[in-house]
Amino acid sequence: MNMIKLIIDGKPIEVPSDTTILKAAKTVGIDIPTLCYFELKDMNIENRPGGCRICVVEVKGRRNLAPACNTMVAEGMEVYTHNIRVLNARRTVLELILSDHPAECLTCAKSGNCELQSMAQQLGVRELPYQGEQSKYRKDTSPAIIRDVDKCIMCRRCEMMCNDVQTVGALSAVNRGFMAVVAPAFEMNLEKSPCTYCGQCVSVCPTGALTEVDHSRNVINALADPAKTVIVQTAPAVRAALGEEFGLAPGTLVTGKMVAALRRLGFDYVFDTDFAADLTIMEEGTELLDRLTRYLKGDKDVKLPILTSCCPGWVNFFEHNFPEMRDIPSTAKSPQQMFGPIAKEYFAKKLGIDRKNMIVVSIMPCLAKKYECQRDEFKVDGDPDVNFSLSTRELAHLIKASNIDFNSLPADDFDNPLGESTGASVIFGTTGGVIEAACRTAYELYTGKKLQKVDFTELRGLENVRHATIDFDGLPINIGIAHGLGNARKLLEDIRDGKSQFHAIEIMACPGGCIGGGGQPFHHGDSSVIKQRAAALYREDAGKPIRKSHENPFIIELYKEFLGKPCGEKSHHLLHTHYFDKSAGVFVEE
Amino acid sequence: MAKIKLSEKKIQELKDVCKTFNNDKGELINVLHKAQSLFGYLPAELQEIIAKELNCSVAHVYGVVTFYSYFTMLPKGKHPVSICLGTACYVRGAEKVLEEFKRQLKIQVGETTPDGKFSLSCLRCVGACGLAPVVLVGEKVYGRVAPDGVADIIAEYNT
Ligand code: SF4
Ligand code: SF4
Ligand code: SF4
Ligand code: FES
Ligand code: FES
Repeated sequence: MNMIKLIIDGKPIEVPSDTTILKAAKTVGIDIPTLCYFELKDMNIENRPGGCRICVVEVKGRRNLAPACNTMVAEGMEVYTHNIRVLNARRTVLELILSDHPAECLTCAKSGNCELQSMAQQLGVRELPYQGEQSKYRKDTSPAIIRDVDKCIMCRRCEMMCNDVQTVGALSAVNRGFMAVVAPAFEMNLEKSPCTYCGQCVSVCPTGALTEVDHSRNVINALADPAKTVIVQTAPAVRAALGEEFGLAPGTLVTGKMVAALRRLGFDYVFDTDFAADLTIMEEGTELLDRLTRYLKGDKDVKLPILTSCCPGWVNFFEHNFPEMRDIPSTAKSPQQMFGPIAKEYFAKKLGIDRKNMIVVSIMPCLAKKYECQRDEFKVDGDPDVNFSLSTRELAHLIKASNIDFNSLPADDFDNPLGESTGASVIFGTTGGVIEAACRTAYELYTGKKLQKVDFTELRGLENVRHATIDFDGLPINIGIAHGLGNARKLLEDIRDGKSQFHAIEIMACPGGCIGGGGQPFHHGDSSVIKQRAAALYREDAGKPIRKSHENPFIIELYKEFLGKPCGEKSHHLLHTHYFDKSAGVFVEE
Repeated sequence: MAKIKLSEKKIQELKDVCKTFNNDKGELINVLHKAQSLFGYLPAELQEIIAKELNCSVAHVYGVVTFYSYFTMLPKGKHPVSICLGTACYVRGAEKVLEEFKRQLKIQVGETTPDGKFSLSCLRCVGACGLAPVVLVGEKVYGRVAPDGVADIIAEYNT
């Protein structure tokens, strides 16, 4: 790469020729404001439409101001990032954007996290000189996501996420000029589109145009109802991110404080989705071993590779895009949905209460879980196994609204029996974790030997698609891992074309896995946040006394007392599911 | 959205069009042009087929269709009536003319009469401001149209 010399705000610098002015300026500590531009470093995610023009700078010798995010450096360039011409233009650009934006900051769900709001503050806008007609569009509420496109600034980050990263293609910019919006095909509601509810569009939207459906009120009401026993389960990735909402550094583990806060909120039992993740490993691992043994015996009908099924965003994706392959994924339910029936069919009976009087709440890094818990197959006589799913962000709001000083809380422990978990379940929250957990158990069950080393570091990392071969005592097991649905699509196309060499594949819809889920605190494009959350989960795993799912004493107890054996009749009924063909946008049962 | 049924033969023609462009999504605009000249308009079903053939999302196809004003999702009438609402025409009463067309044809802008004879649309300045207000029926230009001249124009095509 040849190097280019240029001058930015009087500072001479040298950068590779394929650098934008924006990034070149960063190297000398000049932070040019941006709005539509978005990047997740090292994860191959970038949005650079050059549309908003907030980042304009003056390039000597050019008539027009140039967008810094979208203009490459050139030899001898002289750039001014904050002279009066630039400052005036930047302010006018922002004032024009604001003139077509509802001033609803007081009640907006995104307030405090909105990049448009911060930009108005950063540039010191104190009044709105342009007043004109504002575009009006209907609000679209789906089971997980609300679109309020009156707040859309057409940065098109969501479109980039949904199309380029996830390859779902639910959203596109439609119409032109003043009428332009980002919408599904034919401006139908999101619910009618192939949307997977992965929530990645929500996690990058700079404004309140895309937000999650908020179920906090339902939970507050349930907690206030003396007739209800309200229990809560918390997903692994939540404990690695919740602290960020309270000013703690990314990667701070707040497991104990989180449990304490949930108890103060009034939950009758504070349980752990990790327990259900251990259960998932028992079921999914057994299924893998069963298919593998049959395959080794020469059974031609057996479906390999087996695909993990614990991510509902991913389940939605293959139901829409690869319905003809829906007999390949494991039939094991996600941990959230395994927890539900165990709570309502096992624990409720132990307590001697009717399942209708038990409310199960889940705290998830995920928006797809909101949709998942509303699926009909996860209800008994209309009563959902999991009643409400709150995002990590919603839990943080709930804590703040309940006079709880989170940072000063002493650590507390989960309740039993559904609160005990192993290190294997903790790493479910990051890409590669589910398959590592499965390997720990499958190895020991298959070989009958104790693992010398439980850390399968070859399965860790953030590369888009990874593969590794694990030695099952002489039997090489080929493992594939993909995070982000675009990467998953590649592995699926290989399977369809008969090119796949894998025995087992783990897929997570969100880049990074659940730690980067659509319900997590906003990372605002800082990929180091996601990396630190992953590191935190591996730390928690390393510190656990038990690190293999099949050694969880309460799991052993549960099988003995209630379930029988993994993939047995009772498990099959309570812990496994089946998938649908949604390619036509309608439910057609097999 | 009302479903229309495309004939197998027409669908095959459409697929052939996609093939002549190598099923390349970069050729979407050209495919849409061809498709519109083949069908007269671009209903939802047609866009779904094109998306599938070019391996891109339906939302993207719809995005392109709605971005360019020469693409239409509605079948045009045999005699498409267009009323200029550019500044000059507007100032000289084009809106009243439009209202009169709506009233007499009993349709809204963007619709077609049940007998398929007339459809109604609006245009921006067509460059004949000296004749404002301007009405187009098919290729034919009518200048200085007043609301009471609307009935005569319609009658011309109603024989
Ligand atoms: S939730 Fe995921 S699939 Fe749905 S529109 Fe957003 S990015 Fe696309
Ligand atoms: S909905 Fe949000 S992310 Fe999408 S274009 Fe609008 S402002 Fe940008
Ligand atoms: S990766 Fe995790 S957060 Fe994302 S959709 Fe799947 S389960 Fe939800
Ligand atoms: S941030 Fe550069 S154009 Fe929007
Ligand atoms: S405004 Fe109607 S022709 Fe120019």
